[in-house]
Amino acid sequence: MKLDFLEFEFDKFQQGMQELKDKNHYDYLVTIVGEDFPDEGLDGKGGLGCVYILENTENHKRCAVKMMARTQVSDNGMQGSGVSDMEGQQLAYLPTVSNIWRVADLLEREVYDFYGIVFLGHPDMRRLFLRNDFKGYPFRKDWQFTDKYTLEDDREPDYGLEYYLDKDGYLQSKQNPLFGADDYVINIGPQHPATHGVLRLQTVLDGETVKRVYPHLGYIHRAIEKMWESMTYPQTLALTDRLNYLGAMQHRHALVGVIEEATGVELTERIKYIRTIMDELQRLDSHLLYTSCVAQDLGALTGMLYGMRDREHVLNVMEETTGGRLIQNYYRIGGLQADIDPNFVKNVKDLVKYLRPTIQEYMDVFGDNVITHNRLEKCGTMSLEDCINYAVTGPAGRASGWKNDVRKNHPYDMYDKVEWEQCTLSGCDSMDRYLVHINEMYQSLNIIEQLIDNIPEGDFYVKQKPIIKCPEGQWYYSVEGVAGEFGVYLDSRGDKSPYRMKMRPMGLSLVGAFDPMLRGQKIADLIATCAAIDVVIPDIDR
Amino acid sequence: MEVKRPHIKSIPYEEWNDNDSLERIVDELHEGGVNVVTGSLDQLINWGRSNSLWSLTFATSCCGIEFMACGCARYDFARFGFEVTRNSPRQADLIMCAGTITHKMAPALKRLYDEMAEPKYVIAVGGCAISGGPFKSSYHVVKGIEEIVPVDVFIPGCPPRPEAIMYGMMQLQRKVKIEKFFGGANHKQTKEEAELGVSNEELTFRNKLGDHRRETIVVTDVPKDFTEELKANSQQPTANKEEQKA
Repeated sequence: MKLDFLEFEFDKFQQGMQELKDKNHYDYLVTIVGEDFPDEGLDGKGGLGCVYILENTENHKRCAVKMMARTQVSDNGMQGSGVSDMEGQQLAYLPTVSNIWRVADLLEREVYDFYGIVFLGHPDMRRLFLRNDFKGYPFRKDWQFTDKYTLEDDREPDYGLEYYLDKDGYLQSKQNPLFGADDYVINIGPQHPATHGVLRLQTVLDGETVKRVYPHLGYIHRAIEKMWESMTYPQTLALTDRLNYLGAMQHRHALVGVIEEATGVELTERIKYIRTIMDELQRLDSHLLYTSCVAQDLGALTGMLYGMRDREHVLNVMEETTGGRLIQNYYRIGGLQADIDPNFVKNVKDLVKYLRPTIQEYMDVFGDNVITHNRLEKCGTMSLEDCINYAVTGPAGRASGWKNDVRKNHPYDMYDKVEWEQCTLSGCDSMDRYLVHINEMYQSLNIIEQLIDNIPEGDFYVKQKPIIKCPEGQWYYSVEGVAGEFGVYLDSRGDKSPYRMKMRPMGLSLVGAFDPMLRGQKIADLIATCAAIDVVIPDIDR
Repeated sequence: MEVKRPHIKSIPYEEWNDNDSLERIVDELHEGGVNVVTGSLDQLINWGRSNSLWSLTFATSCCGIEFMACGCARYDFARFGFEVTRNSPRQADLIMCAGTITHKMAPALKRLYDEMAEPKYVIAVGGCAISGGPFKSSYHVVKGIEEIVPVDVFIPGCPPRPEAIMYGMMQLQRKVKIEKFFGGANHKQTKEEAELGVSNEELTFRNKLGDHRRETIVVTDVPKDFTEELKANSQQPTANKEEQKA
C-alpha cells in the first residue's frame, strides 16, 4: 500500500487521533514508525517524527498519519531525568497515543529507545531494547557508530519516567515507581527454557498470583533495520529469514512484496502460485513446531516428539527445492531463487496425504487430553475488544473472534482465488489459541491441495536491473505471518538502499499483552500462556 | 603409559578434520609423563564423561531450533549420550552457544559460564557465535563469543545442519577422551582465559571501587541515621548499668 499521510497540528494531534478511533473506527494501531526525516522531504522540513499506520477493523481500510516531533532544550530544571548527559541537549517530544491504543505502550518505548523521542503522558519512558547505559540513540542519522560493549551487569532503574509540559510550556519529568515497597519480583529469563528464547519477563508476584508483568526485550536485538539502511535492496533480503526462523518464507515475502510494489514489478502467475504454496508449507512447519512446544512446555514430551517427527517431512519437501532446511533464502525481488524441483508436486501431494490424518494424532495424544483442557482453559484470557486494543493479531487474536487474517482482509498472491476459511473461535483463552493453530493446519492443507495441481507454466523470475532503485515514496506491505501480521514499511528516497525500513514484528504486541492477560492469574499460567501464544523472540527484537 | 588416540566408533581416526590440534594437546600432556595407575583411571573416567556430555540449553536464535531437531526422532543424539539438556548451569558440562550473542546478552552468557563447574566446555554453533555472522556490521552484536568465553569447538553454518552439530559434539568427545582427569589440568586455561574468568560482579565492583583485591574498601558515605543508631545502641547498655547502680 502506498502511503498518503494525514497530518495534524501539534496541539490537535491527540484529539485528532481520538476522533480517528471513535468516529472513523480506526481501532487497530498497526505500528508506529519512528523516523529521522531528511531536510529535503516532501514538506521541506526535516527532523525526528513518527508515522502511525492504522486500520479500520470493520472495512479493513488503512490510513497513515505523519507527525513531526517538536524539540526543546532540556535544562537543569528538569527533575529526575535519570540521565545526566541529557542536560543542554535537544529533546524531541510528541504527545502519547498509548491512552488511545494500548499497544502504543511498547511501540512508543521502541521509538524512544532508537530515536530519543519522548512521549508526553506516557507513564513509563524507559529503554526497551538497549541497555540503560547505552550512549545516544542509534537510529538517528547523526549517531556515531560504535560497537563497544561491556560485560558488566546493567543497572536498571526501578522507576519509569513520565514527561509532561508544565504551565509555562517547559518540558518536565517525574518518576513513576515500577514496584511497591513490599513487592516480590521474580525474573523469568533471559535464559529460561519456557520463554522460547531470550525473553525476560520481570514478574511482580503476590504469593503465586501475578500482579504485573514487565517485559524486557533486546537480548537478541541485532539492529537489522539499521543495517538495512547501508545495504542495497537485494542485500537486505538475507536478514529477514533470521527473524522468526519458523516463518522465514513469510518474512521474506513481506520484504520482497514491499520492494516489488514500490518498483512496480509484475509477477507471473507461476511465481504467485509457488509463493503461496511455500508460505503455507512454512506455516505448517511453524504450526507443527508450535504444537510440539505447547506440549513440551506443559510437560507432555510425547506430544512434542510427534510434532517434530512430522515437521521433518515438511522440511524435506522444502529442502529439495530451496536447498535449505531451516533458512531457505528462496524468494528474491522479482520472483524466486530457483524453479521448483521436478519432484516437488509429487512430494507435496504425498505430504498432504500423510499429514491430514496425522494432525488428528496430536489431538488424540495431547489436544483432547483432559489435563490439557484443564490446564489451558480460562488461562491467559483476553476479550475481543482488548485484543484489538493491544493489537494481538494472528491465531491468538482469532481465538478471541477477531477476524484479522491478512490473507482475507488484504489478499495477496493467490489467497483470494482459493477457497478456505478463516478460523475464529470465541473462547478467548489459551485452549482456543491451540485449537486455532490446529484448524489452520487443515486450512493450509486445503490451500495447498487446490494449488498444487494447477501450477501454470511460466518464468520463475522476472529479470530485474542489476541495480535496483525504488522511486521516492513510502509503502507498507503486510502478509499473514505464522503468529500474526508481519509488515514492512519502506521509506525510499530514490537510492539503491532504503532510507528507512521498519518491520512490524508479530510478537511485540503479543508480549505487550502478557500483562493484561496474566494479572490475577497464577505464575504457572504464565508459562502456559507464553507457550500457547507462540512468541519467537528474534522476531520481536529484530 | 601414554595418552591414547581418541577412538570414536564408526569413524576412523584419519577421516576426522583437524587432527593436528588434538595431537598438539596430546604432546603437551606427554611432556610431564603419565602415571600408569592414574592413566588407566583417566581412561575409565574419560570414557564415562565423553559419553554423557550434558549441555546447557542456551539457544538464542535459529541454531537452537536445529539443536532441538537433533534431539528429536530423526536425528536423535541420545545415541551418543548427549540427550540430557540441563536448564541450570550447575548441572551442565558444556554450553552449546546456539545463536547470536548481543551486547545485552553478553553479561548473561559470561555469568552462565562462570557458574558452571569445571571441567566445562563451550561449543560455538553457527556463524553468529563464531564471528558475528551475517550481523557482523551491527552495533549490537558480539563478533564471536571467543571474545567472552574460551571456545572448544566451532561448528560453522547458518544454521549448521543437525549432522554438523553432531559432528561437532563428537569432536568434543575426542577432546574429552584425551584429557587427564587426575594429575593434570582438567581444562587447560591459558593466560588469556584466566583473564576472561573474572565474574560480572567483580567487573562491576572493580569499576565502582577499583580492583578490590589490591585496594582496601573504605566506606565513606555511611548514612547518618545508621551511625546515630549505632551510637544509641552502644549507649543503651551503659545507661542500664547506671540504672542498676542507682
